[in-house]
Amino acid sequence: MAALINVPAKARRGDVIEIRTLTSHIMETGFRHTVDGKLVPRDIITSFTCRYNGAEIFRADLFPAIAANPYLSFFTVAKESGKFEFEWIGDNGYSSTASASITVE
Amino acid sequence: MPTTRRQFLSLAGGVTAAGMIPIVTLRPLHATPAMLNTAIRNVVGEAPIRTGRVKLDIPPLVENGNTVPVTVSVASPMTADDHVKSIHIFNEKNPQPNIGNFYLGPSSGRAQVATRIRLADTQKVVAIARLSDDTFWQVAADVVVTLAACTEEMN
Repeated sequence: MAALINVPAKARRGDVIEIRTLTSHIMETGFRHTVDGKLVPRDIITSFTCRYNGAEIFRADLFPAIAANPYLSFFTVAKESGKFEFEWIGDNGYSSTASASITVE
Repeated sequence: MPTTRRQFLSLAGGVTAAGMIPIVTLRPLHATPAMLNTAIRNVVGEAPIRTGRVKLDIPPLVENGNTVPVTVSVASPMTADDHVKSIHIFNEKNPQPNIGNFYLGPSSGRAQVATRIRLADTQKVVAIARLSDDTFWQVAADVVVTLAACTEEMN
């Protein structure tokens, strides 16, 4: 699925950098009804993980109160050049990944 | 036998009542402050929660509850000895009291997370931070919502 990742391409060692992610997902709450009264089943992303060169640096549990197309912003210390891997997991077997590279000088 | 107006109305009323009851019993429209407390205790346990150190940035007046920007930051040096382990956001009156749990560590550098949330009503939003010494700190903010999220009909 489409995801927008914002990670600085370059950073100095020890800098605190902001990581912003946006992924497209309906985040259906499971509390809405159709006009004829049927409950629309829940379909949300329940978990987000960010790994930096394999080590988990940030994790989130998401609930129906997170808006559609979940946006997350968080920080990390730029330690070494390498790769950030992002993973979204959700209802109905939903899974999506993305990655971004950084050069640390 | 032709249906009289009285019969029709009582029948219609009965159907409406029968239709209403399961909705009311199966799905409370809003979480209650008691549900908020239970959700908080599920995370915090019996530990005392102190006020302060946490900052919750959320607009006090929201026109559209479907997407409300929220930023939570905690005053913390984020060292191995003194850092924020997790940040939890709760609401008072959505159908479910949880909004999100965010897990950080000393490698985060700065204890701040931002996201966008849904608010189904004018209500209180609570942010709680768990520090590395397992103390809990909280802050609450009141938000006025003019267009509610979550519970509208889907077309």
